[in-house]
Amino acid sequence: MQIYDLIIIGAGPAGITASVYAARKKLSFLVISLDIGGQAAWSGDIENYTGYQFITGPELAGKFEEHMRKYGIALKENEEALALKKSGEVISVKTNKADYQARSVIIASGKKSKELGIPGEKEFKNRGLTYCATCDGPLFAGKVVSVIGGGNSALDAALQLTKISRQVYIINNTGQLGGDEIMRQKVQAGGNVTILNNSQVVSVLGDKFVSAIKIKDSAGLKELAVQGVFVEIGLIPNVAFAGEVEKNERGEIKIDSRNRTNIPGIFAAGDVTDVQEKQIIIAAGEGSKAALSTFRYLARKEF
Amino acid sequence: MAKSVKVYSTPSCPWCIRAKQFLKENNIIFQDMDVSVDKQAADEMVQKSGQMGVPVLDIDGEIIVGFDKEKIKQSLGL
Repeated sequence: MQIYDLIIIGAGPAGITASVYAARKKLSFLVISLDIGGQAAWSGDIENYTGYQFITGPELAGKFEEHMRKYGIALKENEEALALKKSGEVISVKTNKADYQARSVIIASGKKSKELGIPGEKEFKNRGLTYCATCDGPLFAGKVVSVIGGGNSALDAALQLTKISRQVYIINNTGQLGGDEIMRQKVQAGGNVTILNNSQVVSVLGDKFVSAIKIKDSAGLKELAVQGVFVEIGLIPNVAFAGEVEKNERGEIKIDSRNRTNIPGIFAAGDVTDVQEKQIIIAAGEGSKAALSTFRYLARKEF
Repeated sequence: MAKSVKVYSTPSCPWCIRAKQFLKENNIIFQDMDVSVDKQAADEMVQKSGQMGVPVLDIDGEIIVGFDKEKIKQSLGL
C-alpha cells in the first residue's frame, strides 16, 4: 500500500487551506472529506473575511474549492473517516470506502449541527424542520417560522428568514440572546421578529408537515403554530474516528500552538480543535499553520 | 432518447450548486427550477417528494432527494 506523506481529513476552510500549503510544499497527500466547504458553505452573509467586504458562504466556499483544485489535489469526496490508528511511524486511516496510510495526518473535520433530541425532530426533518436556513429558507416564503437557539448562527438564520417569512419566532432557552450586538440589532430591526426568552422547545407537532411546536416557559406549556422549525442550537465536533486523540470536555481536539495533538504526527486545525474562537478566517489560518507544522515534522523525521 | 431532468433548487444551497455542476460536467441538459422565486415549482417539489429539503431531482419521474451522486449516476446511466 502506498504510504503518503500526509492525509488531510476534512475540506472546510482549515482542510482546504492546509491542502493548498501542502501542495505548495510538494508533499504527497490525500484529502478525505464528506463535503467541500464545510460549515462555510452553509453560512449566510459573511462580512468579516478580510479581502471580501461582503460575500456569501457558498460563494466563499466556492472560491476555496477553486483555489484547492488549481493544484490538482487528490480528493476523496463523499468519503468519511471511520478510524485512525498509529502503529510505529505509520498512521492508518480507515474510511467507509477504503484504507489509507500516511506518515502524518491533519484532522480538520470540523463540527456538525447539534440536534434537539426531542419528539418530532426526526419525523419532521425536511418536513418543516431543518438545520440549514441558507438552503431551505426560501421554501418558507410568506410562512410563520421558528428559529431554535440564541447565538450567532441562530441570529444569522433569523436574519435570513426575516426577509423571506411572514413572521419569525426566536426560541431562546436563556434569559437573553447571545451573539454579536450588531447581529442582535439587525434581527430586531426586522420588524417581523418575536423573541421568546427562557423558553424551551419540548416537541415538534404536525401531520405530514410541521404545524406547531410545544414550548415550555415559566408559565407552563404552550403551543405555537409554525410551519417551519430552524434548529440552530450549536455544534458538536466530528471526532468519532479519532478515539486515541486527546480532547477537552467539549469533545474538541486539544492542540498546542503548533497544531500538534498528543500523538506525534497527528495534527489538527479549525473548528474541530480547542482553539477558542470559531471563525472562517481563523480556521483557514490554523489550516495553514498545521500544514507548515506537518512539513517541519516530516522534514525533521527525514521521511 | 435523453431523459427529462428537472432540478428543484435554491440559489444559496451548496448541495444544489454541486448537483447542477455535476449534471453540467456530464453534459446532462436539465430544467432548473428555482423554488425560491417560483412558488408553483416549490409546491410541485413538495408534492412530488413529500418533503421540503432541496435539492430534489426529477429524472423521468424518478424522484431523488438530495445530491445523491450514486443514485443520479444510476438513474442517468452514467
